[in-house]
Amino acid sequence: MKIVVCIKQVPDTAEVKLDPKTNTLIRDGVPSIINHDDKAGLETALRIREEKGGTVTVVCMGPPQADVALREALAMGADEAYLLSAREFGGSDTYATATIIAAALKKIGFDLVITGRQAIDGDTAQVGPQIAEQLGVPQVTYAESVKVDGDSVIVKRQFEDRAHVLRVKLPCLITALTELAEPRYMNVGGIVDAYAKQVKIIDFESLRNSLNPDWIGIKGSPTNVVQSFTKQAKAAGTVMKDLTADQAVAAIMDKLIARHLI
Amino acid sequence: MDFKLDKVHQLQQQLFRTFAETEIKPLAKDMDETEKYDLNLLKKLQKYGFLGIPYAKEYGGCGSDTLAYTLCMEEVSKIDASTGITISVHTSLACSCLNNFGTEEQKQKFLRPLVDGSKIGCFGLTEPGAGSDVQGAQTVAVEDGDDYVITGSKIFTTNSGFADTIILFALTDRTVPAAKGLTAFIVDRNMPGVEVGDNIQRMGIRAASNCIVSYDNVRVPKSRILGQLNKGFKIAMGALDCGRIGIAAQSVGIAQGALNEAIKYAKERKQFGKKIVAFQNTQFNIADLQTKIDAARLMTWRATIAEDNHERFSPLAAMAKLFASDVANQVTRYAVQMMGGYGYCREYPVERMMRDAKITEIYEGTSEVMKIVIAGSMKLK
Repeated sequence: MKIVVCIKQVPDTAEVKLDPKTNTLIRDGVPSIINHDDKAGLETALRIREEKGGTVTVVCMGPPQADVALREALAMGADEAYLLSAREFGGSDTYATATIIAAALKKIGFDLVITGRQAIDGDTAQVGPQIAEQLGVPQVTYAESVKVDGDSVIVKRQFEDRAHVLRVKLPCLITALTELAEPRYMNVGGIVDAYAKQVKIIDFESLRNSLNPDWIGIKGSPTNVVQSFTKQAKAAGTVMKDLTADQAVAAIMDKLIARHLI
Repeated sequence: MDFKLDKVHQLQQQLFRTFAETEIKPLAKDMDETEKYDLNLLKKLQKYGFLGIPYAKEYGGCGSDTLAYTLCMEEVSKIDASTGITISVHTSLACSCLNNFGTEEQKQKFLRPLVDGSKIGCFGLTEPGAGSDVQGAQTVAVEDGDDYVITGSKIFTTNSGFADTIILFALTDRTVPAAKGLTAFIVDRNMPGVEVGDNIQRMGIRAASNCIVSYDNVRVPKSRILGQLNKGFKIAMGALDCGRIGIAAQSVGIAQGALNEAIKYAKERKQFGKKIVAFQNTQFNIADLQTKIDAARLMTWRATIAEDNHERFSPLAAMAKLFASDVANQVTRYAVQMMGGYGYCREYPVERMMRDAKITEIYEGTSEVMKIVIAGSMKLK
């Protein structure tokens, strides 16, 4: 079985700050990491390979610096890595990104595609599902457990108040939650091997036959960012003082009932 | 000349740092308090390749180099010097002897399980009556048919509480000085007659295992002689040269770890109406110490790279250890002083770091022995 994991290199948001003037992320000097959900997806792919055999391929779209994210994935145990990088890809929104990744996946081949649920720098959760649509394969999002069973996959999908257990035929696409699997560390020797391997570059030229230039990059992106801003603090709440515990409970219940929340 | 780490080493450094922060930090205080090394942590070190960094893949190692090992020692020792010495004795002392002097058969049989981490190694040289002066060694190996029978006692054997393989030095010729009559043997800890005593109670690196090991008529086949008969002294000294690079890196780690803690504290602690980091005296002290740490690190890297390039590195390693161990003691003492009463409390890690730092001036050759090595290389006489 050929498992392809899509990963994104993101700034470590634990260390990111917003530029107060432009309201954009200050990325200078901020370390880059593999997006958490994606790393859980990679760990799951490695575990499936250990149990069932097959190969794990990692794919990352980004600037040349994203190479290190792919090396990290190789050092964790992935078999091969592709970097989707080209000037023409720059400025792509989620739709255009999914178009490019889907074209690359068709070229690389796959039985199972795993992406993260969403990236911590954009939080859209759109790219995974869009890739599945463009590939015309079934998708299961928000996976909290994945088990391969013959020619299908059994996925537990997280919902707000319940979970769904779904059986889906391969080939398919799954989007992974961080909770799906605790990722392993890189191996010291694995890092040496990772740099001895080749990260294969897929650029615009190598996808030219399957990619309409009008559908990618800024030109091919239907999303326009009109404005970005820092969320304002909410209005001050009501403070109720000097109540006993029972009175406090009663007061809170009254408020909740008055607002039809319970 | 380029002082920047290449991509492989940068990523390795990131791994060592993340692992130390995530896996070792939560255990360090407790391991120190209980004076017991966490064997699950040892298993994790094995799993991720921390126990065979500079050794070839054909023997089960990582296929990396001494620089990667040095980076590991620094990052790990920033958090916990006991983990540092555990890795160092296994790697620099036990494995290096087998790697440099073992026959192909010995390497496959004894080095492989050490380097892949499934077994732990230790190094038996120091005796109750023979520390810096190896001439005082009294452990003897007497030939008997196809075996040697070893009797004696070794002290301060790091890792001995859980090690499987001991590189043991014993006199095979008592008619000559130890330097000419010492032989290295590969001994299993579970051989009849090998007895490991209780952990020796120490001031620092208390989580590391360190015991007296006694040998009572231990029968060791001749096939377990490492290198040549009566040539063990050279093997021991070569291993200690490698070990000193590890201790220098450990010292840099302890120093940087303590300074990082002190800086973090100085940015939070307020006295006389402002954060103590705002005082120029604090800044000047920090600047001075960071300069010393950087100098120690560069000296350590110089010795490391000389070893990787198969150049003569013995005096370079001695200089690095002499300087870095002194810096580790200066910095940890300052960190405690700057943090005042809190620094002295066991709630904060700097008092542990100060206790841990002292041994770097003593083991694998005292600072005085380092000066003998350095002066000896300068052809002063």
